[in-house]
Amino acid sequence: MIAELGLCALWLAAALAALQLVAAWLGQRAGGETLARIVRPAALVQALLCGLAFLMLLWVFARTDLSVKLVVENSGSDAPMIYKIAGAWGNHEGSMLLWITIMAVAGGLIALIEHRLPEKTMLATLGAQAFVGLGFYAFLLFASNPFARVIAPPADGDGLNPALQDIGLAMHPPTLYCGYVGLSIAFSFAVGALLTRQVTPDFARVMRPWILGAWIFLTLGITAGSYWSYYELGWGGWWFWDPVENASLMPWLAATALFHSASVLASRDALRTWTIMLGVIAFSMSMIGTFLVRSGILTSVHAFAVDPTRGTFILALLAINIGGALALFAARAGTIAEGERFAPLSREGALVINNVTLSAVLGIVLVGTLYPLLTEAFGLRVSVGPPYFNPVSMVFVTPMLIVLAIGPLLRWRRDSFARVRTPALLAAAAAVIALLAVWLVAGIALLPLLGLTLAAGVAVSAFMPLRGRSLRRLPLATCGMAISHFGIAVALFGMAVDTAFTVEKLTAAGVGDTVAVGPWEVRLTSVEPVAGPNWTALAGRLSASYRGGAAHELVPQSRTFWAPPQTTAESALLTRWNGQLYTVLGEQTQDGRWQLRLWWKPFVTFIWLGGVLIGLGGLLALIGRVAVDVRRRKAARRSATRKAEIAR
Amino acid sequence: MTAAFKPKHQRLVLIVFALVAILIAGVLAAWALRNQASYFYIPSQIVANPPAADRNVRLGGMVKVGSLKTAPDGVTMHFVVFDGKGELPVTFQGLAPDLFKEGSGVVAEGHMMPDGTFMADNLLAKHDENYVPRELQDMTKEQARQAVAETK
Repeated sequence: MIAELGLCALWLAAALAALQLVAAWLGQRAGGETLARIVRPAALVQALLCGLAFLMLLWVFARTDLSVKLVVENSGSDAPMIYKIAGAWGNHEGSMLLWITIMAVAGGLIALIEHRLPEKTMLATLGAQAFVGLGFYAFLLFASNPFARVIAPPADGDGLNPALQDIGLAMHPPTLYCGYVGLSIAFSFAVGALLTRQVTPDFARVMRPWILGAWIFLTLGITAGSYWSYYELGWGGWWFWDPVENASLMPWLAATALFHSASVLASRDALRTWTIMLGVIAFSMSMIGTFLVRSGILTSVHAFAVDPTRGTFILALLAINIGGALALFAARAGTIAEGERFAPLSREGALVINNVTLSAVLGIVLVGTLYPLLTEAFGLRVSVGPPYFNPVSMVFVTPMLIVLAIGPLLRWRRDSFARVRTPALLAAAAAVIALLAVWLVAGIALLPLLGLTLAAGVAVSAFMPLRGRSLRRLPLATCGMAISHFGIAVALFGMAVDTAFTVEKLTAAGVGDTVAVGPWEVRLTSVEPVAGPNWTALAGRLSASYRGGAAHELVPQSRTFWAPPQTTAESALLTRWNGQLYTVLGEQTQDGRWQLRLWWKPFVTFIWLGGVLIGLGGLLALIGRVAVDVRRRKAARRSATRKAEIAR
Repeated sequence: MTAAFKPKHQRLVLIVFALVAILIAGVLAAWALRNQASYFYIPSQIVANPPAADRNVRLGGMVKVGSLKTAPDGVTMHFVVFDGKGELPVTFQGLAPDLFKEGSGVVAEGHMMPDGTFMADNLLAKHDENYVPRELQDMTKEQARQAVAETK
């Protein structure tokens, strides 16, 4: 009954999306004002219905309703409640329902609160949102119904993939999806602006909080995903250039470029067509990411879904949405008037370089991700990994970070080097000192050396825009920018140090043996069996001491789940301020010793700390922008009423 | 330096700038892909035409039954990967994936050693009951076809 209610709500929501699209279309014409009035309510009710459908899915998962096919395949009665609920989106159908729910809720929100743009542009925007939504409704209802029943309910479900039974991963997909789908709003605004030829600073101001919001979710989602794969997969790496990781990185790169160019449009009325183009590209990257992950065409540890019909369906959606938007762009771009002018050496000029380098990195990642698929069509199987991605993207990341250090100091419109000489020299000095210090102390590879140099320069320059300004009168957005840019330096520092100075020890140790790894002495005290709610494990007890100091205990496990039957290695980590000790327990050797894999990873936590700082900066900027908006709207309302009074 | 471009020129300059960047990115990507992409081999292909020793490749095949030996250090493994036609000795240092065993499929990432053995840096085995690396799916089909051809 609950499942049918959910399915029913989903069909109704799809019908409302169709209504929203038609009403928005016809409402544009003369005499369509009545129709136009139902567009916003339709978007709202659609959001409520989608939310209801998703709640119903959570309900059947929470109760482990074994007459629902999805529950049987992805949950079990003995899993802890949190993983029962997370099981609702830890699979293809459920995650697509989550996608469309977030999209409908975002559409409902703009229908509810956004009144600054011309009504025609809003109609076109909501129409575009409904159009994109309809494709995904069709996909859910015809090709991946989450509420399908089974004829004969089994005694118990198959269980959730053990690799997914982890709190980090439980929250990972919703976070990323908020980012992916938030970009659909930017896409719809871009299409709406193109259709009505209203590319104005107002348009950028309306769009910006949505991009920033989506971008914050993407930043945090990628950071969390990276940390999850770091401790869960037990390989000690934090970024594998896996296609699924790239699928989340590409929308992030596009969104980063987009809100930088949107800020140019909002403040200076320049880069109009460019911003529209990026709006289209950003959501296209989200959809390409979803296609890569959900169609299962990739050789990837993440590709849980394998079904070619679905792949074809998403590919068709991609072609229609992206192709349509690009065709519209091609037809309309020429009619959008040129924006304001600026000199090459200006804030705008720096942001153009930011945009171009980000787009170049995006292109490099996209090509590297799709290349194996392309060659496979010609019968040649290849895989593309770090030896391609790292150096090639660094070619563009390096100038990007140099401009990142200088750009925020420049004035809009026109500036001179002489004015920013002091802060630029300070940043350059920091970079050179870091370069020489690292070079003299330790011979390390080129890329980490470059990373450390840039990190030092960016870290110093990040706070330069705050120089000589009163902290109390500082706009929140500027403060957010400084924190985000500093976060980039922090993350880069962590990546470079981890790459250059990680110590690894792989050995077989008997109980009572001591192993040295970097500054650590690690003793294997015992290995004993333990039991969990749906698994049993062998737990190794390790006693670790840093430079002969107090002993800390770590308990890495080798876990065997019984639903589904599978063994996973649970690593154990010990965090100090200056790094992490990472331990993995392997198998028992024939002579009774235990395989141990240990890493000392100096400053590795800075990678994710940097990611969190980047997101936090974005959050401050978002709060600052929204607060300014609200104040501006109030002021406008006040002056309007005063004018009305005077007129009377 | 000219203060600001004329409107027409500014748009043109921006477009040219973006195109040049795309061009550089494209050329770099193409060059790097040719040199850095790691190709997938089955043992008989490596035996017939070994790749350069410094080049990273992927090797896919079945772990020969009875060939898996662990060295006295407890963490170095030697085994033989075969595809029905050819076979190749492989050395791996590390913790083997949980589903890695004799008679099952494996994809090894690594490079050839001068002595004709394959040094694996990483092993990808079946990840769980449902998931099979794409290379392995095709591999076992190929395998089946060759097995049929040999028994005829």
